[in-house]
Amino acid sequence: MNIMEKSETNISSSRKIKFKPFKTLFSIREASLATIILITATAMTFLTPGFMTRSNILTTLIGLSMDGIITVAMTIVLVMGGIDLGVGSVLAFASVLAGVLAIKVGLNIWLAVFITLLASVSAGSLVGYFVTRIGLSPFITTLGMMSIARGLAYVLTKGSPLSLGVISPAFDYIGQGSFLGIPNLILILILLVLIFDFLMRRSAVFRQIYYVGSNEKAARLSGINVDRIKFGVYVLSALLSGLAGILTLARFGVATPTAGVGAELRAIAGAVIGGASLSGGEGTIIGALLGVILVALVNDALILLNVSVYWQSLVTGIVLIAAVTIDMLAHHRRTS
Amino acid sequence: MNATEPLMRVRGICKQFPGTIALDNVSLDIWPGEIHAICGENGAGKSTLMNILSGALAPDKGEIFFAGKPINFHNPRDAQRYGISIVHQELSLCPHLSVAENIFMGRLPRLFGNRIDYKRMEEETVTVLNRFHTHIDPRKRVMDLNVSQQQLIEIAKALTMNCRILILDEPTSALTESEAQNLFVILEELRKNGIAILYISHRLKEIFQISQRVTVLRDGRYVATRLIKDLTPDDIVTLMVGRELNNIYPDRGFPSSDVLLEVKDLTRAGVYTGISFRLYRGEILGIFGLMGAGRTEMARGLCCIDVVDNGEVFLLGRKLSLSNTRSAIDNGLVYVPEDRKNLGLFLTMSVSANVVAANLRAVSYLGMVVPENEKNYSQEMVRRLSVKYKSLQQPVSSLSGGNQQKVLLAKWLAVKPKVIVLDEPTRGVDVGAKSEIHHILRQMANEGYGIIVISSELPEILGLCNRILVMHEGRLVAELAASDATEEKVMWYASGRAS
Repeated sequence: MNIMEKSETNISSSRKIKFKPFKTLFSIREASLATIILITATAMTFLTPGFMTRSNILTTLIGLSMDGIITVAMTIVLVMGGIDLGVGSVLAFASVLAGVLAIKVGLNIWLAVFITLLASVSAGSLVGYFVTRIGLSPFITTLGMMSIARGLAYVLTKGSPLSLGVISPAFDYIGQGSFLGIPNLILILILLVLIFDFLMRRSAVFRQIYYVGSNEKAARLSGINVDRIKFGVYVLSALLSGLAGILTLARFGVATPTAGVGAELRAIAGAVIGGASLSGGEGTIIGALLGVILVALVNDALILLNVSVYWQSLVTGIVLIAAVTIDMLAHHRRTS
Repeated sequence: MNATEPLMRVRGICKQFPGTIALDNVSLDIWPGEIHAICGENGAGKSTLMNILSGALAPDKGEIFFAGKPINFHNPRDAQRYGISIVHQELSLCPHLSVAENIFMGRLPRLFGNRIDYKRMEEETVTVLNRFHTHIDPRKRVMDLNVSQQQLIEIAKALTMNCRILILDEPTSALTESEAQNLFVILEELRKNGIAILYISHRLKEIFQISQRVTVLRDGRYVATRLIKDLTPDDIVTLMVGRELNNIYPDRGFPSSDVLLEVKDLTRAGVYTGISFRLYRGEILGIFGLMGAGRTEMARGLCCIDVVDNGEVFLLGRKLSLSNTRSAIDNGLVYVPEDRKNLGLFLTMSVSANVVAANLRAVSYLGMVVPENEKNYSQEMVRRLSVKYKSLQQPVSSLSGGNQQKVLLAKWLAVKPKVIVLDEPTRGVDVGAKSEIHHILRQMANEGYGIIVISSELPEILGLCNRILVMHEGRLVAELAASDATEEKVMWYASGRAS
């Protein structure tokens, strides 16, 4: 009986990439979140007539779309065992940079978009460099980036919003139009969620993110290039944040330096409600999206019930702690 | 020893952990004014016993008497109140705080209710340090001191708590020769003042230099307590190991003369020197050594994980580039770490994810992991190693120690290595799984894989391996064929008797 040879011949090596429906891969966390969302939505339909209307649903979804993209980025960073506090600020910086390049400098909007994405990649590379080469903690580094990016946004606009005017109908269409009745922003969010959820579950490279977050030392010993993974994830996070910033500009037609304030906390909340852990190694994109939807749903419910808008932050916090406590009690797990 | 009764009596102490019996009916007397050595191999129960005596663990059964009265420690604070202090091998000081703050940790002298009396704290610190004839500034941060000074601080801390029994766990493992001699002068002074010192060590030279009595533990049981003057070092070795070898190990197979691995002059300054040996196809090569011998460090250097200062490693005749872990793994040389929880396994991830961790390429197509391949592959591997599990998706943290070890092995087998270096592969594993792992290793050796096993368990090394290398303080001091090796001989070399 040969330990090694037998294992070669007996295993059928499938050459095809079978595309299994995501439903079969849902974990308990995702399923229960989906259930809670459905229950809440059902309850709201009965409590307020204004809830189950097309305009309310679309408004809520569009409203969470930018936070959603940021949350995708944050989830990947959390799974890696890191954190990116600069996502909201990079969003603002990108939004402002694209706007300034298009209006003040007079560049073609698509060229401005391209340059902005490059700038976002540079921001991410800077963070990646300081974390992997210099060895600073991700918390401190991204905290610094948060201030730097936000500061740059203020500098570029001298503090006040910058109106885009009618620069490009195509650009406006992306941010404000719909396709087949669904607003483009929502479609883009769904596309990104599907792509990155698939990658996180199936890509060999993205799988390594889980290994690094679960046990960095073991990952290194297993031959994984930990530094390269970390660097890449921070670049990706900044890229997605930059993309969200550009889409924000497209949506509102105004470059606001105060965009995305507090987005990082909402993103962390969404990701953690969706199953991510601050110590890394766990979390899914779909789960994070459900987390964001749940919080947005509860906030929307409060608005429709005429509760003051000022309660929203409070609500995010309560939902976060409730979700995590329930999980902890149910599974005796630690969140970090 | 002028006292009429022992300071502390320990009777019938038993302690069990899941899967192992750490202490089995151990009894001991400790007299004031003696340096009492505690000897035993790794796993003999020394640390567990000391943890019980210092209040960190509660015994399952047994009694402890202090100055004739029965006592029950609930926590280390209780033990400290009785005057029992322990200085662990890994010092438990707060590096960012000052010397004085560390010595008075938890007992800061107060002034008017809640204000700290820094003046008195510093004065008392200086007083106690003077006993050691050292001039350490009480305000200096502990992290700015060297190890030997830090150790002094720990002992000073014990003294300020009216220490009557001082327990030291392998105190000289981090000290230079002259620092150790300084320590011995201090210990002798403490002894003269009536303090009892329990000294855990495997360095026979030291034990014979400073102690009056020695107690030997073996496999959790009490073996003997003797006066040092009545013994020779060889006697102690015999007491430590004398046992019967149970024949539960697989046959030793058929080593050939093909050289799989050649190591030349591997050196890392201050850690290990001039390590050279060969690994032949078909054999299991054992590496034995006591704590501090440098086996793990050498293995990590050999497997291109840590930095090496000098030396060469040839795998099947091909020279490896040291410090390139991925390249070593790709060439077929892998290291299975001792600390499986922290270094080997991804506890939050599933069994199958763990098994494929080092070799995603094998189950992927165009960069995408194919779930079916992953499932088949990991299923095969866990079947081959008889891992007991409920589902491939269950988190590996929910498996027992033995099964976790097998999953770790499965991960490395999945890479199809040529040589595997296993560091304490059966530590913390129950007897049944241990035997299974031994049989698996022997089978692999028979199939032509090079197996190196680092172990502190003499029966395992002697029963499983074809040849045994013994390390002592960073050097390879012996190479024994299994047929020539006895437990005493191996331990003799490992204790530095040859030098």
